[in-house]
Amino acid sequence: MAVYITTPSPALPPPSTSVGVLGWMRKNLFSSFANSILTLIGVYLLFLIIPPTINWALFQADWVGTSREACSGEGACWVFVTVRFQQFMFGFYPPSEYWRVVVAFSLVGFLIAWLLIEETPKKGLVGIFTIFCYPVIAYLLFYGGALGLPVVETHKWGGLMLTLILATIGMFCALPIGIVLALGRRSTMPIAKSLSVVFIEFWRGVPLITVLFMSSVMLPIFMPEELQIDKLLRALIGIVFFQSAYMAEVVRGGLQAIPKGQYEAAEALGLSYWKCTFFIILPQALKLVIPGIVNTFIALFKDTTLVLIIGLFDLLAVVQSAFADAKWIGYSVEGYVFVAGIYWISCFSMSRYSQYLERKLHTGHAR
Amino acid sequence: MTETQTQQKVLDEVMVELRDVNKWYGDFHVLKNINLKVYKGERIIICGPSGCGKSTLIRCMNRLEEHQKGEIIVSGITLDDDLKHIDRVRRDIGMVFQQFNLFPHLTVMENCCLAPIWVQKKSRKEAEATAIRYLERVQIADQAKKFPGQLSGGQQQRVAIARSLCMNPSIMLFDEPTSALDPEMIKEVLDVMVDLAHEGMTMLCVTHEMGFAKTVANRVLFMDAGEIIEENEPNEFFDNPQSDRTKLFLSQIL
Repeated sequence: MAVYITTPSPALPPPSTSVGVLGWMRKNLFSSFANSILTLIGVYLLFLIIPPTINWALFQADWVGTSREACSGEGACWVFVTVRFQQFMFGFYPPSEYWRVVVAFSLVGFLIAWLLIEETPKKGLVGIFTIFCYPVIAYLLFYGGALGLPVVETHKWGGLMLTLILATIGMFCALPIGIVLALGRRSTMPIAKSLSVVFIEFWRGVPLITVLFMSSVMLPIFMPEELQIDKLLRALIGIVFFQSAYMAEVVRGGLQAIPKGQYEAAEALGLSYWKCTFFIILPQALKLVIPGIVNTFIALFKDTTLVLIIGLFDLLAVVQSAFADAKWIGYSVEGYVFVAGIYWISCFSMSRYSQYLERKLHTGHAR
Repeated sequence: MTETQTQQKVLDEVMVELRDVNKWYGDFHVLKNINLKVYKGERIIICGPSGCGKSTLIRCMNRLEEHQKGEIIVSGITLDDDLKHIDRVRRDIGMVFQQFNLFPHLTVMENCCLAPIWVQKKSRKEAEATAIRYLERVQIADQAKKFPGQLSGGQQQRVAIARSLCMNPSIMLFDEPTSALDPEMIKEVLDVMVDLAHEGMTMLCVTHEMGFAKTVANRVLFMDAGEIIEENEPNEFFDNPQSDRTKLFLSQIL
């Protein structure tokens, strides 16, 4: 017998057990007997770990004071960190010049925020200023030597300031160099291709520690006295080359994922290689590899701690050197937790921003 | 009726000429001694079994594929290794692909304006005005701010046609433009193409849409194994095929 429907059936709400808090708990926490047991064990473990940690770090901790006498010994003694806070931030930078560092970082923070937040106008101008003018301003502020600012030698730079300098310059240089290397490696021109391959494989094949060690110890031996380059700069070049080799491979992964049809459509419209690369291929490829790029950035940020082996005092090295202070022996846990906290906040922010960026750039079937 | 009307529009001017064109993929001989003249305003349908070289043939005309022997002359320019020649030919030829190949990170409007702005050096305003005109013509102007991923297959293909037209090409190449579409969307794309044909655009179209071939084409080429086996005007081609291979092919698809 033929069946036909005259009016469409109304849309009904889903059953109450599959939505809301109850539905979520049923699905994710208590979906089977075994999972229910695992959930209960997990909750018990969290109960064992979290309250004592919070007690140690916050409620029983000591915050104010100037020496170890202020530490009650029940919880963490953050006095160790507060007393040496300036040193952790600025290393051995002269205290009278701290304002220069603060101004330089505030400015770059402001510029980056301007570029990252969606609603701000004139992004192009600000971008050009950030790339071409800001480095000069930052150099003048950090190093000085002009406009009446006294010179602060790079060996006095340290702490979080040094970590941030290494990381930001590393990131801003490694990405463009990595993109050029990736394009070179996929090029049909034999010279560009082989140069890129050799560069990438060389820097990827050696450990970063070796690179830093070579740059600080071996290089000065072979270079004539008058050609000595600043130690920080040598380390920085090492880090940039090392990370750009990794970045190149990340970007190449994205380039390979772009369908051939995209190149063909661009060619058929008469776009040249560079226009096609710049407008069609790179925007799509870079979007695809945002997780990989951020991964490399985070690795770079944490790898900057390795400069401590060549005697540069980054955040970790400064904190560790403070442990040696006879007045503060026994407070290394607080120091390490403080350093870990700063690294975690920085890396987690990068991770969150990358997720936001991925969502924003998603142009598929947006519903 | 349209037959005779459109027939008159064909002029003597040769737009594309192929002389003894040969192409190999490695050892595989894809195109064998192809000779073809396309006149201004002509609408040529190329059909044939899969792998016969029909797509390769039209892709050689804007140098997406390189031919190894023979000559291809487009609008008086010989296609060779000279990038300037390739560039000029590509400005004169529009191409529509089976998989649309829209740029997914750009909106419909940006897809249409990119090449006019960066290749033809038009102002953004001018490019957008042209784009809107062509988007209206393919009846999709209301979607200009959307991204390709938000459109249906038929809509995407119409955008792709508009994107090509924005460059004011004098020749359009269609590489199986409806093969990736759901059946109910084929018509909306074919309608746009019929419309274009009636305006006198020189078109080369690889397709299996025989109804479309009958309506607009003034020549049908049948290819097999890299050769043009048969060439005729549509009615004659479908009603009275000469070679056995054409007969076999027609019996399979009709």
